[in-house]
Amino acid sequence: MSNELLTMRHISKSFPGVVALNNVDFTLRSGEIHALMGENGAGKSTLIKVLTGVEELEEGEIRVSWLDHPLINHSPQEAQLNGISTVYQEVNLCPNLSVAENIFIGREPKKRGMIDWKAMNDNSRKILRSLNLSQVDVTKSLEHYSIAIQQMVAIARAIDIESKILIFDEPTSSLEEQETEKLFQIMNQLKEKGVGIIFITHFLEQVYEVSDRITVLRNGELVGESLTKDLPRVQLVAKMLGKEFNDLAAIKKETKEKVNHTKGVPLIDARNLGHRGTIKPFSLQIYPGEVVGLAGLLGSGRSELARTIYGADKPDSGELFVNTKKVKINAPIDAMKERMGYLPEDRKEEGVISDLSVKENIFIALQARKGMLKPLSNKEQTQLAEKYIKLLNIKVANIDSPIKQLSGGNQQKVILARWLSTQPDFLILDEPTRGIDVGTKTEIQKLVLNLAEEGMAIMFISSEIDEMIRTVSRMIVLRDREKVGELSEEEMTQDHIMAAIAGGERDEEDA
Amino acid sequence: MKKTLKKITGFQLFLPIVALILVLLFNMIKTPDFFKITVLNGTLYGFMIDIINRASELAILAIGMTLVVASSAGTDISVGAVSAVTAAIICYSLGPDQQNYQMPYLIGILLGLLGGVLCGMWNGLLVAKMRIQPMVATLILFTAGRGISQLICAGQIIHVEKESYRILGSFIPKVPLPTPVFVAAALALVTWLVLKKTALGMYIQAVGINRRAGRLIGINSQLIIFMTYAYCGLCSGIAGAIMSSRIAACDANNIGLNIELDAILAVALGGNSLGGGKFSLLGSIIGAITIQALTTSLYAMHVTADQLPIYKAIVVVIIVTLQSAEFRKWISSLQGKRPVKAKVAS
Repeated sequence: MSNELLTMRHISKSFPGVVALNNVDFTLRSGEIHALMGENGAGKSTLIKVLTGVEELEEGEIRVSWLDHPLINHSPQEAQLNGISTVYQEVNLCPNLSVAENIFIGREPKKRGMIDWKAMNDNSRKILRSLNLSQVDVTKSLEHYSIAIQQMVAIARAIDIESKILIFDEPTSSLEEQETEKLFQIMNQLKEKGVGIIFITHFLEQVYEVSDRITVLRNGELVGESLTKDLPRVQLVAKMLGKEFNDLAAIKKETKEKVNHTKGVPLIDARNLGHRGTIKPFSLQIYPGEVVGLAGLLGSGRSELARTIYGADKPDSGELFVNTKKVKINAPIDAMKERMGYLPEDRKEEGVISDLSVKENIFIALQARKGMLKPLSNKEQTQLAEKYIKLLNIKVANIDSPIKQLSGGNQQKVILARWLSTQPDFLILDEPTRGIDVGTKTEIQKLVLNLAEEGMAIMFISSEIDEMIRTVSRMIVLRDREKVGELSEEEMTQDHIMAAIAGGERDEEDA
Repeated sequence: MKKTLKKITGFQLFLPIVALILVLLFNMIKTPDFFKITVLNGTLYGFMIDIINRASELAILAIGMTLVVASSAGTDISVGAVSAVTAAIICYSLGPDQQNYQMPYLIGILLGLLGGVLCGMWNGLLVAKMRIQPMVATLILFTAGRGISQLICAGQIIHVEKESYRILGSFIPKVPLPTPVFVAAALALVTWLVLKKTALGMYIQAVGINRRAGRLIGINSQLIIFMTYAYCGLCSGIAGAIMSSRIAACDANNIGLNIELDAILAVALGGNSLGGGKFSLLGSIIGAITIQALTTSLYAMHVTADQLPIYKAIVVVIIVTLQSAEFRKWISSLQGKRPVKAKVAS
């Protein structure tokens, strides 16, 4: 395995106020899947951006085996021409173009100066067939298909330009289990053909499932490289965090015995609340001080249930009581006035306001609840922001710099700070730990438990079942846009939950 | 912290100011008496005074346009036509009599401004509530506005003969600066204060940057967008009143003709993104002054009115290119010679 495909040596890159990469080495061999690991802000994304020409290389040298001179890419397009393609977490294709167009965009087959549609469609079908995706209609626009298929299309494109290096940047965070399996099959296929694959993910299990080798970065520096089979999971986490760490389960021990909260007066009492087309009418009580989880597959209506309570989707049936008082929620602002908060699933589209400063992103929700005419003073704004930056340990050089300069995990913490600063009684956290690093994940889980202990009611939505088991004291199960049941703490085992989510199987077991 | 904030705004306005200075410097060479200011009857005259005087309406329109662009990432192309509507209402209300207005002056002006605001609200309704693309929504009044104006004036040019009607567009006796400058400055100040002293400025930016996120944190984005269009209507009205006062008449076909394009250009020259979000009022005002400085300079160089657009276009292309992201990137790549190779070689 000494056939080195890519060598990056002494790579350094800094942004105003931050050294993002400091003298980092990285080596990729052909026919291997190489996991690039690290917390948010460790420098993974920057390393990839430098490689693919999104960011300019400051110092160091990149060489690839098929070129006899150092490689400097100035744009992702140039990187593609040089044989390096990237498949992103958020698919960056054109949803309104057809599948075939997306595969061939920028290099359409031509016939007498015109696009040869037939050749394009035929070739697209051929490529997709090789990925076992023959059911996809290549003439349909991309938006018809799920994120998973869209990602496969991005991969198909990368395969067709005969990339020698493929980068998968968080490809699985919006995929379901079977889809992930399929992706791994394809990755293994490509590996067999000698393609070098860089795999970035936050899911430890997946790293151990597919990768051959792991490189760990921390704070912009190289921690080490080793074969996956030689690096136990605990050690990997310890390396990533830079401290001794007794696996993630540790936090459960710290928390006290969870008490049964479902007594007394419910804080939130939804009766046959529903929103046509997204969630069938449901009834649900949530009590102060409890963490309620919503479990279900993607598209089962988890987020939709939460959005209906919060008024992000205006409910069109049923009633909602807050503290036994009947309330009418037409828009999020009404829910905020009832002291609710909602951290949305899609951080980029619905959370961060990218060009506003960190400070503004924190106090804006409180400001909106107070009303336009009662602005917080400069001092109040700063105090509020600084208080929560400290509380949540947000890494930010300057609270007046735009939030878009922060890493994903820190952005998420800012959004969390935004809601905590409104001091809600009921906080909905929709995938609060998606796409963020292990350390921050643990911090957020701890925070959730602490907040609940202080009396806040929390609705916790996560695709990671073990994370839910660690944090929630009761679980609502959803299937096909409908609430199908509840699980008490005793019933919450991995197998049990799986069965409940999947439906059907459990009944068979019982029978 | 304040210092860094100042640094950032300073940087954002850096290029617009440079552009303005370049235009003025050019004049210093070509037209030596460009900066000469003379006093006549207690009022000031000169090219410079002329620039700020004539730039007033444009600056007023640019203020409204800036907010519309920031909140909705679209432009209001009806501002010129709305100005004509206001002018028609005012002239119709005040009447042609040499001695007396038909109704108190202030009422006439207020009626005109109300007309402007109503037009703005109509635009706002279409954009915010009906979610029609701003360009298409405002296209309606862009074409219909002058028709409405004609209808009010019954197809005639109404002249307002009373002498005091000219004050708004010229000079208050004994005051050294032209009235429009004060109006524009007052409007700019009031707008700035409202944006600063309420959370409105931040709301507008938030809505412009991420409308969905804005809604989830309790900001009524429809209302905010609606308000910016209504305000833009008010600005158009004020500009229309000044324009009408300058000629002491309402000429429905020519008042504010093509000025919407200059207003949009002023916003862009001010370093504001037409994609919405962050904005700088001061930048737009500087942009408006730059455009007028350009026009006045060309006149001072005896360029005829029919050739003017060509020269103007050339200069605008240069200014816009200087401010473009690509050009800046190119400049910084010239400065930041990559240390990569040196390092590797050593």
